Amino acid sequence: MAFAPFPVRPVTPQERTFRIEAGQFSYTPSELSVNPGDTITIELVSTDVVHGLYVDGYDISVEADPGQTATLTFLADKPGSFRFRCNVTCGAMHPFMIGKLSVGQNEWFYRSIGLSIIATIGSIGYLMFPRLLPLITAH
Amino acid sequence: MELTRNPFIKNALKSRYPQLAVFIVMLVGYVFAILAGLIGTPVGSHNFSIVFVWIAWWAILILVAVPFFGRGWCAVCPIPLPGEWLQRGAVLTPPDKKPKWLNLRWPKALRNIWLQNISFLLLALFSSVLLTTPNITAIVLAAMLFAAIGLSTIFERRSFCRYLCPVGGFIGLYSQTAPIELRIKEKQVCVTCDGKPCYNGSANGYGCPWDVFPGGLTKNTYCGLCMECIRTCPHDNIAINLRPFSADLSKPSTRMDEAFKAFIMFGSAMIYAGVLLGPWGALKDAAYNVGTSAWFMYVIIFLGMIFIILPGLFSFSLSLSPNPSPAGRGVGVRVFASLATALLPLGLMFWVAFSLSFVLTNATYIFVSLSDPLGLGWNLFGTANTAWQPMLTSILAPAQTLALVGGLIWSARTAQKAAGEVKVSSIPVIIYCFIATLAMLWLLL
Ligand code: SF4
Ligand code: SF4
Ligand code: SF4
Ligand SMILES: [Cu+2]
Repeated sequence: MAFAPFPVRPVTPQERTFRIEAGQFSYTPSELSVNPGDTITIELVSTDVVHGLYVDGYDISVEADPGQTATLTFLADKPGSFRFRCNVTCGAMHPFMIGKLSVGQNEWFYRSIGLSIIATIGSIGYLMFPRLLPLITAH
Repeated sequence: MELTRNPFIKNALKSRYPQLAVFIVMLVGYVFAILAGLIGTPVGSHNFSIVFVWIAWWAILILVAVPFFGRGWCAVCPIPLPGEWLQRGAVLTPPDKKPKWLNLRWPKALRNIWLQNISFLLLALFSSVLLTTPNITAIVLAAMLFAAIGLSTIFERRSFCRYLCPVGGFIGLYSQTAPIELRIKEKQVCVTCDGKPCYNGSANGYGCPWDVFPGGLTKNTYCGLCMECIRTCPHDNIAINLRPFSADLSKPSTRMDEAFKAFIMFGSAMIYAGVLLGPWGALKDAAYNVGTSAWFMYVIIFLGMIFIILPGLFSFSLSLSPNPSPAGRGVGVRVFASLATALLPLGLMFWVAFSLSFVLTNATYIFVSLSDPLGLGWNLFGTANTAWQPMLTSILAPAQTLALVGGLIWSARTAQKAAGEVKVSSIPVIIYCFIATLAMLWLLL
């Protein structure tokens, strides 16, 4: 269950553009959702000081000066859920200036849920086993 | 397995010099962190105080020291040292004439960890500012040092560590899960031992600074691994053992202060994962802007989660138990507290999973800060210009899942043992842990 391949819905790749406003210490919008294969363009606009946007897992980034728009275009070829975060020190809460990019389904999250379910059932089953054993062996 | 049987380990622990050497390094680092916080750059991610305390120290503490060495950090912690040296009138072995301090017993009503619960929560509610502002970190570090000195002159032994230290509380609680313990070898030797120098002190060392009687130790919680009893026991009856993980948890605690500490840590890890690592800017603003009405809302939600929602759902799930406690319907204090023990392994793993993300993302600041601790443009070791880059991003999510699911299984086993002790079903607690794990997976992945 936790390791079975996921059904893949074929989707036609699209070009998508997102305009993200960066201000101390958050992005608006802070959650993006795209399909694998899409070509993404992020237009980063800073509303106060210099901010950056670095995408975990893709290891790419862009920096925007106040009032200027900077763009970052990339192919979303890795599925999963990725944080994007500011990579220009912009003030106190800078290390926690974070957004989320979802490329397709968050497979790893569902697999982790599957593992937790197995762990829970396994633990309860392990507990019940001594009680069930006589029932099984009696017949 | 007894580690102290190895003569090298034994002598290294019995001698005061190796420990003193570590103490001095730690104390110098600690004082430097205070100074750096006060005079260095106000930019947190480039100041030694923030980077070495909240990234480097925190990573070592929660990912290595607590899970593997229990109170190992307390064995080398610099915070109580100046006070302790002052109180003893000596840095090494006991002097002939002791200085005259008040040396009072700690008030009976406060002999629990409620004060530690409060001190931890106070820091937790201001944590967004504390974690990111060098001079606030410096002030808190200095305040702990001076509080420890002050208490040493009024009360006997290490009252600060036992009853006030905000980190000592959870280190102690989680140290029960560690695979290491300090215990006596033979009970009988202690029974006939004259004068009990391990508690009362002798010419070779001090009576237990943590105010526990080593002869009666059954849990790691309040033994600070200071090694005094190894030095004072005339019968060589103290051992440090390797043991299975979480051996202490098979005898669950029935204390309410410890049960609530478990909820405080469990809840804070979830709240931090959402506020600090989540994509919700409004939450971060609320947590950071201390004193605003949004912050007061955050405080109410924080405290409500920890004192009402999490324990409330926990006792509700216990009341659904197929065979309710012999104390009658509802949940007896003993059942509640015993089963809260089951939250310890999962709680520790919540912190591990949260910290992995925080630490791996920000670890490159350690190299920068090493070369330029005050953020003044120095380059002592040539690493000042290391570019910021998250580390090991590809293994982060699998490692977090491993920690959380592993913690869930570990907590389920603990719940079964604790439930066996108080004769109730463990299933509600296991389901509770399962739901909490799902919440944490959703927040982190
Ligand atoms: S209880 Fe606190 S001050 Fe005392 S040794 Fe442990 S961490 Fe240090
Ligand atoms: S000094 Fe040693 S033998 Fe005596 S009570 Fe303490 S641990 Fe036991
Ligand atoms: S004297 Fe022994 S029992 Fe007491 S804190 Fe130190 S190591 Fe632990
Ligand atoms: Cu920024």
